[in-house]
Amino acid sequence: MAAPLLAMRNVSKSFFGNEVLSGVDLDLRPGEVHALVGENGAGKSTLMKILAGVHEPDSGEIELGGEQVRFSHPSQAQVAGVAIIYQELTLLGERTVAENVFLGREPSRFGVIDRRKMETETTRLLEELGERSFTSRRLVRQLSVAQQQVVEIAKALVVDARVVVMDEPTASLADHEVELLYKLIHRLQARGIGVLYVSHRLREVFDLAQRVTVLKDGRLVSTTDTEAIDIPGLVRLMVGRDLESFFPPRESDIGDVLLEASGAGHRRLRDVDLRLHAGEIVGVAGLQGSGRTSLARALFGVEPFTTGEIRVDGRRTRITSPRRAIKAGLGYVTEDRKSEGLALRQQVRHNALLVAHALHRSAGVSVSELLTSVELTGGPDSASREVRFLSGGNQQKVVLAKWLAVRPRVLIFDEPTRGIDVGAKFAIYTLIRALSAQGVAILMISSELQELIGMADRILVMRDHRIVADLPGDSTEEAIMHAAVHEEAAP
Amino acid sequence: MTAIAARVRLPSGGGVHLALALVLVIGAVIVAVDGGNLLSQPSITGILHRSAALGIVAVGQTIVLLVGSLDLSVAYLISLCSLVAAETMAGQEGMVLPAVLAVLGVCVVVGLVNGLVVSLLRVNAFIATLGMALLLRGVIDDQYDGPAGQVAQGFQRIGYDRIGPIPVAALLMGAVALVAWFVLTRTKLGYRIYAVGGDVEVARLSGIRTAPVVVTAHVLCAVCAGVAGLFLASRLGAGTPTVGTDGGYDLESIAAAVLGGTALAGGKGGVVGTISGVLLLAVLDSVFNALEVDPFFKNVVRGTVIIVAVAVYAVRTRRPR
Amino acid sequence: MNRSLVPVLGVLAVLLIAIAFVNPNFVDPPVFLAFLKRAAPLALLAAGQYFVIASGEFDLSVGSLITAEVVIAARLINGDADATWWVIVLLLVIGALTGLVNGTITTRFGVPSFIATLGMLLILEGAVFLWTDGAPRGALSDEFRMFGRNNVVGQIPWSVVILLLLGVGAVLLMRSDFGRTLMATGDNARAAALAGVRVSWVRTTAFILSGLSAAVAAVLLGGFGGVSAQVGRGMEFAAITAVVLGGVALGGGRGSVVGAMAGALTVESLFTLLNLLGVSGALEYAVQGLIIIAAVAFTSRRTDEHPRPGRGIRRGRAHHSVLK
Repeated sequence: MAAPLLAMRNVSKSFFGNEVLSGVDLDLRPGEVHALVGENGAGKSTLMKILAGVHEPDSGEIELGGEQVRFSHPSQAQVAGVAIIYQELTLLGERTVAENVFLGREPSRFGVIDRRKMETETTRLLEELGERSFTSRRLVRQLSVAQQQVVEIAKALVVDARVVVMDEPTASLADHEVELLYKLIHRLQARGIGVLYVSHRLREVFDLAQRVTVLKDGRLVSTTDTEAIDIPGLVRLMVGRDLESFFPPRESDIGDVLLEASGAGHRRLRDVDLRLHAGEIVGVAGLQGSGRTSLARALFGVEPFTTGEIRVDGRRTRITSPRRAIKAGLGYVTEDRKSEGLALRQQVRHNALLVAHALHRSAGVSVSELLTSVELTGGPDSASREVRFLSGGNQQKVVLAKWLAVRPRVLIFDEPTRGIDVGAKFAIYTLIRALSAQGVAILMISSELQELIGMADRILVMRDHRIVADLPGDSTEEAIMHAAVHEEAAP
Repeated sequence: MTAIAARVRLPSGGGVHLALALVLVIGAVIVAVDGGNLLSQPSITGILHRSAALGIVAVGQTIVLLVGSLDLSVAYLISLCSLVAAETMAGQEGMVLPAVLAVLGVCVVVGLVNGLVVSLLRVNAFIATLGMALLLRGVIDDQYDGPAGQVAQGFQRIGYDRIGPIPVAALLMGAVALVAWFVLTRTKLGYRIYAVGGDVEVARLSGIRTAPVVVTAHVLCAVCAGVAGLFLASRLGAGTPTVGTDGGYDLESIAAAVLGGTALAGGKGGVVGTISGVLLLAVLDSVFNALEVDPFFKNVVRGTVIIVAVAVYAVRTRRPR
Repeated sequence: MNRSLVPVLGVLAVLLIAIAFVNPNFVDPPVFLAFLKRAAPLALLAAGQYFVIASGEFDLSVGSLITAEVVIAARLINGDADATWWVIVLLLVIGALTGLVNGTITTRFGVPSFIATLGMLLILEGAVFLWTDGAPRGALSDEFRMFGRNNVVGQIPWSVVILLLLGVGAVLLMRSDFGRTLMATGDNARAAALAGVRVSWVRTTAFILSGLSAAVAAVLLGGFGGVSAQVGRGMEFAAITAVVLGGVALGGGRGSVVGAMAGALTVESLFTLLNLLGVSGALEYAVQGLIIIAAVAFTSRRTDEHPRPGRGIRRGRAHHSVLK
């Protein structure tokens, strides 16, 4: 067995008296992909940030290539050969690809930058990563998220990393882009680089990793070979209990048509025909860039349809702004809750009542009832906490409460469980089910096909900014993918 | 247009060059109709002269804006520097070098304090440099009642001499701008300034120590203000406690930089645009002077031009999603 | 009580006690009321500025707006008592209009408010002097000056009553739907818009409130100090300083209006204390500058918690900068 590239021993860390990591051990071998899993708040990101030099551990040791190291600034971690690929990309939109790849490591003589070397090196790296769709001189903000991820990986390679840490790298990637990422990771492995892979998507863990470490409540639960465990086993380790019926059963009756779009379209979306019935959950599948989010935004009036017509409850309605959409009875749980769903520095209470305030409407129930209805329970002052201190799952519940306060008839969910841990996912699914049982029509966009299959009554598949298929809820993943990818699959 | 800009990397805010050209042409026509000549050599010399002080300050301001900060203390710093220069020189040629060094010393200290308060004490730059402005104002008001000191005879030449049609002052501005341009676009420091201003957290996670970058940017800005102070002292022959505030250099330098396409939030823009922004304001002034417009009216038009120009720019660059 | 209030109230208490220590008369009602009377214009202006800052913007135009309002009032009233009332109404209208224009330029045309209100500052300054040919003319009537000068009953000045009424109004406003949507807008405008908040209108309203507060401050200052071309000079910075001292972070979505007004009282009591201590008028600025930096450094230590997590380019807001 190869000597470990990286060894963390007995690492502990507290913030303001709260112990978030306690005595954690972790090691990484050359050429290994080692997955790190656990629910949100288990301490994964803290561990990662200690490795990155963002936080200093309170106690414990880190050895890199046999030498003991101690980082107090990210630059030291970089020099030592640790590169981190954060969940939120660390790129500068207004700078070029080359400038980003060499950010903080620019080749220079006497402080003057060798721009040619930077650009040729970047081009070489991009080619090595199989990326030819853009040049080193493009501004990063002009690239797609997937392309930006490639830039981020190139950035890691520039520092001659021996250890690469990836935090939820697939969170914003579509399936075919995930394939590309897998290839990139295999190339890193072939170079003898150790990869620490943090993800909520357990299938990826089994696809990629040789070993998996489970953290729970800041403590090490276990480190096992992936061959010696399966997904249910892993879930059990993470949550501490079985999650037999992951998706709660359907119990709603499907009623009348609540939302209807016919021949709707705009600059990009074309010929959107869809019907949502009361009590129905309609899934939307499609690759990244297929127009799923555009569909949600058009229906909700963020970027309104310019052609065709929308009927809510049979009445023709012009939805030209989110405010009008809300007044017509729509709600929209966005895919990026931090930047679009919540005012993070405001109290839970004020976030939960934000839509009601905006419309000068009363929620009709007390804040605590509202929070109970989304199963957000906590201490007596939980409604007065600022939302930013909540876990991802609880934040999503606040978003939900915000809509429930105005009792919408139609709710659009865009990636409702992204970045949410396994336990909280189940709670969100249960809530969605409960809403549909009350007769709310639900449109649910997701990249996770299992989620769609488990939840939806019907699944619409989008490709090239059109709805190309309307499949039954119990379709197979293959059938959905087929429609999402192939030209001739359109009915 | 955007594609071209991306390829040849026009400095962002390319619109300001166009606006400058337009104002120059339209202004020339209006002045010509009035019977004057905006493009005559004395008039152009006047425009360049008028731009020099603001141009030098605005270049410094651009640097701090790019790093994501700002400096409201430059106006009082300029006054203080003019006083320090004139008092140190006291009319003697031999004291020019010590005077310049004294001014630079003052600026480095002020810039350091500004930068350290912003980066280490994490005081909002607006408040930190406003506090510094008050501090400098107190020192000036306490020490000086009116003009003081006298610059050396030879030193005055910076303010008035010309090489051919080009005033030395304009060359000074050009030199300051050139150095700043080189630093920003060709050196590690410049790259880091853009990185820190673009996103301080991204810069940090990329291994950049951000505090020294912020401090250096503030020192560079203060030094620019000092150079402007020296220039104004040479022009007035003495140090003046109100020369900086009368010129409104604090807010106008920010306006000129933003007019030139530099983002107030940092990380985007550059000195080329800033110089165009300054020239634009100077051309406007010259047009009004030529037309003998009420001086108060100039402020009205200035304010309107700044708002309209930035509005046009904002609407143009508002990306359709 | 709001935690962000603790530091400013602490500092204010220390200053007031220090003043009382130096000048025991300070605790006498008339002396203390006179202090409040002096502080009232800045406190009102700070409340107005608070709305704008809480919404994530800036209003640099209030200082020159005050000057403009006083100069206009003097010229239009010109000593004529009958003109007082309609001129006061006109002043309020001008204040509201200025705010409307500031807000419209900022929200509809995407001009950063720093630049929009800076341009407005230049325009107002130029316009007023253009109209008066460089020197303020005319005179205010006694009726006009009553608000800034006289007492309502006994020893209670008009200024203090106005400050109290409008202060309570501001607090109630912040607790209303408007206040909640204002805070959400300043915190995260995108999320607010997606929740149905009319973000542009909310911000514009904040600017209008700021303009109105400048108009009221102008009435008080005109009455208190009389007509001059300097009356509003630097008031915008004083107001912003007061707001920030009051624990309101620039950038929006934080702090309270009570804190902003307490910040104004703090600035005013600082002046009073420095005067009492015989610090020369000139050095007063230097001390003020030092104390402001120190106070803000202190409060930002107290309220800033974890280092922020990495913000990718997907969230384009640069939080460390005050300007957008």
